[in-house]
Amino acid sequence: MAPDTPASTPPTLNDLRPGRRARVRRHRAAGPVRQRLLDLGILPGTCIAMVRSAPLNDPVEIRVGAVSVTLRRHEARTIEVEADDA
Amino acid sequence: MPERKGILVALAGQQNAGKSTLFNLLTGARQHVANYPGVTVDKKQGRYSDREGVVYTVDLPGTYSLSPFSMEERVAREFLLGERPDVVVDVLDAANLHRALHLTVQLSEMQQNLVLALNMMDVAARSGLQVDADRLAARTGLPVVSTVGNRGKGRGDLRRAVRSAAGQRGPSPLRVDYGPLEAAIQELERQLSSWPGLEELPLRWLALGLLQGDTEAVRLLRQHMGREAARGLQASAGRHIQVFEAQEGVDTGDHITRCRDEAIRGLLTEVIRSQREGRPTLTQRVDRIVLNRWIAPAFLVLTVFLIYQISIVWGYELTNHTWPLLAGLREWVAGLLPDAGFLVDPYTRSLGLWLVDSANTLLNYVPIFLILFALIALIEDSGYMARIAFILDKILHRFGLHGQSTLPLILGGVFAGGCAVPGVMATKGIPDQRARMATILTVPFMNCLAKVPLYTLLLGIFFPGEKTLMMFYISTMTLVFALLVSRLLTTTVLRGQETSPFIMELPRYHLPTITGVLRRAFDRTGQYIRKVGTVVLAVAVVVFVLLHFPGLPKAQQAEFAARAEAAVERFENALQGNAYAAAATGANLVPLMNYYTDYNRAKLNAAGAEGSRRVAERFQTRNPDFYPLVKPPPGDRDARKAWRELRVLARERKSLRREMREQRIVQSVLGSIGRGLEPITRFAGFDWKINVALLSSFAARESSVATLGVLFQPDEDGNATLEERMGEETRAGGATALLAVSMILFFALYPPCLATTLMVKVQTDSYRWMVFSIVFPTALGLTVASLVYSIGTAVGATGLQAMSAVYWGAVILLLLVGLLVRPPQPTPLRPTGERNHRRRLPFMGGA
Repeated sequence: MAPDTPASTPPTLNDLRPGRRARVRRHRAAGPVRQRLLDLGILPGTCIAMVRSAPLNDPVEIRVGAVSVTLRRHEARTIEVEADDA
Repeated sequence: MPERKGILVALAGQQNAGKSTLFNLLTGARQHVANYPGVTVDKKQGRYSDREGVVYTVDLPGTYSLSPFSMEERVAREFLLGERPDVVVDVLDAANLHRALHLTVQLSEMQQNLVLALNMMDVAARSGLQVDADRLAARTGLPVVSTVGNRGKGRGDLRRAVRSAAGQRGPSPLRVDYGPLEAAIQELERQLSSWPGLEELPLRWLALGLLQGDTEAVRLLRQHMGREAARGLQASAGRHIQVFEAQEGVDTGDHITRCRDEAIRGLLTEVIRSQREGRPTLTQRVDRIVLNRWIAPAFLVLTVFLIYQISIVWGYELTNHTWPLLAGLREWVAGLLPDAGFLVDPYTRSLGLWLVDSANTLLNYVPIFLILFALIALIEDSGYMARIAFILDKILHRFGLHGQSTLPLILGGVFAGGCAVPGVMATKGIPDQRARMATILTVPFMNCLAKVPLYTLLLGIFFPGEKTLMMFYISTMTLVFALLVSRLLTTTVLRGQETSPFIMELPRYHLPTITGVLRRAFDRTGQYIRKVGTVVLAVAVVVFVLLHFPGLPKAQQAEFAARAEAAVERFENALQGNAYAAAATGANLVPLMNYYTDYNRAKLNAAGAEGSRRVAERFQTRNPDFYPLVKPPPGDRDARKAWRELRVLARERKSLRREMREQRIVQSVLGSIGRGLEPITRFAGFDWKINVALLSSFAARESSVATLGVLFQPDEDGNATLEERMGEETRAGGATALLAVSMILFFALYPPCLATTLMVKVQTDSYRWMVFSIVFPTALGLTVASLVYSIGTAVGATGLQAMSAVYWGAVILLLLVGLLVRPPQPTPLRPTGERNHRRRLPFMGGA
């Protein structure tokens, strides 16, 4: 993990409320998780939208381009996001 | 591998791109499914002929990329490198072209000879995308064919494109510029090209692999150039990575992905012409309802209920109509086999009928399975199955399972009725190894169709008034037990298994095609019949032998023979002077007895007056001499007397045969085993008869009821049902409803049947897990049954009290574990190389 993270932890996909959009800043995950996220089109700089969470709050559904992807909050926490300026 | 007389074509593509439909379109019905050697990934093969010859076609597993992380990706990669297909058809989802082209770039870097199949053009058009196929062809330099797989469009074009591409294998035209990394790539490529024996391999792809730390690429190099040289190259790549990451401040893997993404983005600005943004698609609108927080659970319950209602309830009614066919088959076989003797039947007859009965119990379920598998294919193909995983993952994950465990559990029979064999088979799709193992080991706890008859039997005897409540307990208890067991296993024996995250695409909804659904339903049913059928028949023979040998001692046989002779003598004496004496005695006696039993059985099964009339006609023509003896004409006093004597003799014969059979079983191998187990099983209240039934049910669940039927034989004409007989006998033996509860609990937890354990072997690829899948549930079942029976007896609980206590105890435990105890932690992934060596695929070209 980079030592230069600001005092307040940067927001992640997990913090995004349903209906909100954000831009992927970077992935904290490594290995297969990172690869799978990249393969599904979740690249740094991509705009993603939080669609909904499952009836029991976990996992969540997000929209990347024309695709709906579901992932657990555990993994959503590894995706740092920033406000989408576009 | 197919012989390479013709050409070999592989279909590659991302998941949900419609690859399978296109494969079906291309090859038609001539296809079969096998496994890739050593792994549980399906390998679909087929072939077709065009004007120039045969085209062997392989459907590769759907992969998002060619990274070496998942089993499917490794299988696809190694096939492409090892088999070097003449053409690779890359199936692209036109509505999701951006992501699809990432795979195209990687295939092209692997120097595959590509044809692009631009599929789902209709979906793209509907979502406002206009994809210019000609532009795509021009920009990529690859042949492009537009197809709509599920409407059968584009087959001719695709076949033609494949044939013309097969002739020409040029340098790969699609090339991404990796900017600041190019120097390193080319340097490594140069080093690689100086090695002899690597000409066959895609060098640029290898260089890129080295720069991303791809362990599989390294392994490939080790095979081709030896350990030392490969290590040297790896070190050199490592230096390049260090330099690059220091200069650019970005991971090489990310850089490579980003370069590809930019190249694709640039390409697409010319290919995709117009785009309406913002309007939600049909799928999004449907999901707003179907995945709504409050509606989703209700909709899911409704779906599962419908599956249950249509396949199990209505399917069961359907078997009432198909059963006469199977019964007819039995009669037909019985006619072919040698006739029954007076006391002892020839072995060919008894074994033959035994086998037919075993096969029939299995075939009886075929209509149910066809419907069940068709419905499940419908749910899978429509896209809802992935949503079920989304809704349930939270609960299942807490107990060590996975969202995708839902399908195996449904197939196994969550509520009532299913089969563990297809259930275990369906665990193939679960990406998380630990959850997959847990699913494999818990699916057999579900209520398979064959457990139901025993439950029905026991409830009928011991809980006539509380049937509904008990059935509710039984059908929901299994899930409670399965979750608890799964949780137990994942925190103990499965702790070290690899886990992987739940990251999954929710595919677009689409209308499944009838042929696709039917093909899947018939395929799966066929697999069930083949896999289960062979095992059940083989085991039926073994059980038959175990029940028949060593057979009765000579003295006892002589005793039975003497009793039979005495009975026959009495009969013959009584008939002296009777007009029918000649027809009924001597050599005619045994055929007459069989005729009599056949007639009575036929009359019992005949429906209505019309049916009875037909039976009468049939038997009159079969033997006009015997007919008056089984149906005395009015006023014929001799016939009436003979008929009465015949009835006495038949009863005598039946009771003798029953006694013999029981004696034979008592002294048989299985009987001795059953008695030998009594000291252990008596804590659960099981006597040797029950032990024998449970042992034989390991062969196939159905046989538990059948064996109990044999053991609790009717005394008289068989008017009493098995329920009544068993009730009388066991109650006379001091058995209580508590014993029934003990049996039900044992049966619910008891090991999977033999067919399932074989499937466990196939799916886990390990005999150790197979043995575990037998030993663990047996121990668990026996423990639970013994505790319940012993404690229940000690405190004098009724059956219902004991059952309620177990049920609510389990539910409370489930809630405690689910809500309070920390869920199983993910196991960090081991380096992929380690696992790959264990499950290496043999078709890689060795050095």
